[in-house]
Amino acid sequence: MGLLLAYSLRNLLTRKTTTVLTAAGMALVVFAFASIIMLAEGLEKTLVDTGSDDNVVVLRRGSGSEVQSGVSRDQASIVETLPEIALGPGGKKLVARELVVLITMTRRASKASANVVVRGVSETSFLLRPQVRLAAGRFPSPGLSEVMVGQSIAQRFQGAQLGNEIFIGGRNWRVVGVFHGGNTGFSSEIWGDVDQFMQAFRRPVYSSVIFRLSHSKLYSTVRDRMNGDPRLTLEAKRETQYYRDQSRALSTFLRVLGVTLTLVFSFGAVVGAMITMHSAVATRTGEIGTLRALGFQRRSILLAFLVESLALGFIGGAVGLLGASFLQFFTVSTTNFQTFSELAFSFTMTFDIVYKAMGFSLIMGFLGGLLPALRAARMNIVEALREV
Amino acid sequence: MLLKILLRNAFRHKLRTVLTICGIAVAIMAFGLLRTVVSAWYAGVEASSANRLITRNATSLVFPLPLAYKDKIRSIEGVTLVSYGNWFGGVYITERNFFANFAIEPRVYLEQYPEYVLSGQEKEAFLRDRRGCIAGANLARRFNWKVGDNITLKGTIFPGDWELVLRGVYRGREDNIDENQFFFHWDYLNESLRKTQPGRADQVGFYVITIAHAQEAAMISDRIDALFRNSFAETHTETEKAFQLGFVSLSEAILTAIRLISLVVIAIIMAVAANTMGMSVRERLGEYAVLKTLGFGNLYVSLIILGESLVIALLGGLMGMAGTFPASQMVGRAVGDYFPVFMVTRQTLCLAFSAALLVGVVASLFPMWRASTVPVAEGLRRVG
Repeated sequence: MGLLLAYSLRNLLTRKTTTVLTAAGMALVVFAFASIIMLAEGLEKTLVDTGSDDNVVVLRRGSGSEVQSGVSRDQASIVETLPEIALGPGGKKLVARELVVLITMTRRASKASANVVVRGVSETSFLLRPQVRLAAGRFPSPGLSEVMVGQSIAQRFQGAQLGNEIFIGGRNWRVVGVFHGGNTGFSSEIWGDVDQFMQAFRRPVYSSVIFRLSHSKLYSTVRDRMNGDPRLTLEAKRETQYYRDQSRALSTFLRVLGVTLTLVFSFGAVVGAMITMHSAVATRTGEIGTLRALGFQRRSILLAFLVESLALGFIGGAVGLLGASFLQFFTVSTTNFQTFSELAFSFTMTFDIVYKAMGFSLIMGFLGGLLPALRAARMNIVEALREV
Repeated sequence: MLLKILLRNAFRHKLRTVLTICGIAVAIMAFGLLRTVVSAWYAGVEASSANRLITRNATSLVFPLPLAYKDKIRSIEGVTLVSYGNWFGGVYITERNFFANFAIEPRVYLEQYPEYVLSGQEKEAFLRDRRGCIAGANLARRFNWKVGDNITLKGTIFPGDWELVLRGVYRGREDNIDENQFFFHWDYLNESLRKTQPGRADQVGFYVITIAHAQEAAMISDRIDALFRNSFAETHTETEKAFQLGFVSLSEAILTAIRLISLVVIAIIMAVAANTMGMSVRERLGEYAVLKTLGFGNLYVSLIILGESLVIALLGGLMGMAGTFPASQMVGRAVGDYFPVFMVTRQTLCLAFSAALLVGVVASLFPMWRASTVPVAEGLRRVG
């Protein structure tokens, strides 16, 4: 059997052009498959990482996102009295009133405009989001027209660099800091003092109230308490759930696109493998006859050709995945339909994707090689030997 | 005669050729489908009129403009009609049933958009009923709405349940008009807001402005924006086309990805076709050597190979192009809620055809070089 395997693999080496072309076709399919799934994965990871499980977002009932929501001052005060809110350093309640609006900014590279999230934050907002760390400059001081921008925004948008001034809501806001949101949606936001923003945008209401639970299990108590309070027309969601909901439409779109396309593409690659293997069998009829005459069984021949075609699939898969893994250096920035705002995320490779893509490639090889291998195994010894 | 030789040559190895043609057909179909997805994105841009301008808040679309701007805009020279509206963002039963719904000032708006065709009777009924609404034909079909039905939208931006009565179903005047939209009276929205949230009343999301001469668009836009500079709500005015393009550019990363992928599929099939041609030529090197011995030049031999490759690629390409129509109809039905206009355009077909042509040419390059450079003696020596 070892001999047959070596025979199969060396055959791939001998017919270099064909091997390369067939494997290249498969590699491209794997590449396309992996890259789209990596995109969906990256998007989900970014939005899920944005939330933390102990934090609760309070929005107006029925509004799907912070931008659409409105929480009046008195309602916000009622929420702040909830006993389930955790205490921070100095005994302060970990609760923040925030305002989220969208502004139109111009991309540096393409000059196209995009909607960027501007978040008015309270001092506790930073305690609630420990992921947010300063990369350069300082935090904006409350009461001043100062903002800090997420790293993705600073890199991609005009006039959002440290020291510049951004004109929003009839005022100039000095960019005093650039922050690092890690792999979260906050990196695509601009933060400033909530009270200043409310004045500038003439919005009398907050968008959301965020607080930390003193214990993760208390979530259902809080939710029931808020639903039962007739003064509140609000609903509470775990932050993780809130952000997961926001990634659903776009990531589903990407996944469906990815799987559909790959199925279509793989048809082409399977055809390629089939052609290659058919020709491999056809040109080696004599050799197959000899092998059979030497006593190798039909099963072994079948196996040998399947291995050859699986090896093609493996090479294609490996090359495709290698190419796709380089994509991890790139960050994509696009509009999340659900929030109508800009979000930067990177291609993310996971083991799950590696397994799937490789399995996919091997299946392509298997399908392509099955019929030709069967034909090789079924050959009549005498007729095959006569071919030479 | 020559074509006959090419066809005979191409189908000498039937299984391989049929497989290759199928592969190319599927790839070209996928290519056509992807391009159709891209052009579906641009449907709104294609359908926009050069005579219409859109004014919105300069900060971004989520900020409103005062209703009082209407008369000021109306008084600018060159402006003939002004209407206004709000993106309502209502949800019908569940969030899955997404469709665009607007609260508009109906009388002028319908005059500005003659491409939304409504029978005189339906139009009259809609204008007269303050709680009336109209829906596109596709939308009405999707939810099985009949004129006279009660429709309740749940507000996401404007809280509450909004009860409406369907008074008409509009059709697009051309094929590329979005028949998935939903309109109702802005007055209905505004009067309710006055009662529940007086702070948000008398504000509109956007103005639609019709101008007399399309070439004055830039000038009039500047004039409108200058009028409101340094006010509480500065405006940003652009042509409808630019406005729609702005929406497209929001998802430009995804569009770029789809464009790239449509090239990948061509590359995949190029590899397959090149493989097929390479094999055919390798098997027939002896015959080409014979041809050369008989006095046919390298050019002739190359042309035979090129022709064969083109026959295969174009057969596949034409099949694929034919398949694009039913395929895009199927996909169009599946994603119709998000892409209201899903049509195969002539440009898509041209691109698909050129792609097939390119595949044919590229696939034959290496074999051509091989066949024309191989020495006659060596070619003859090879058997099989």
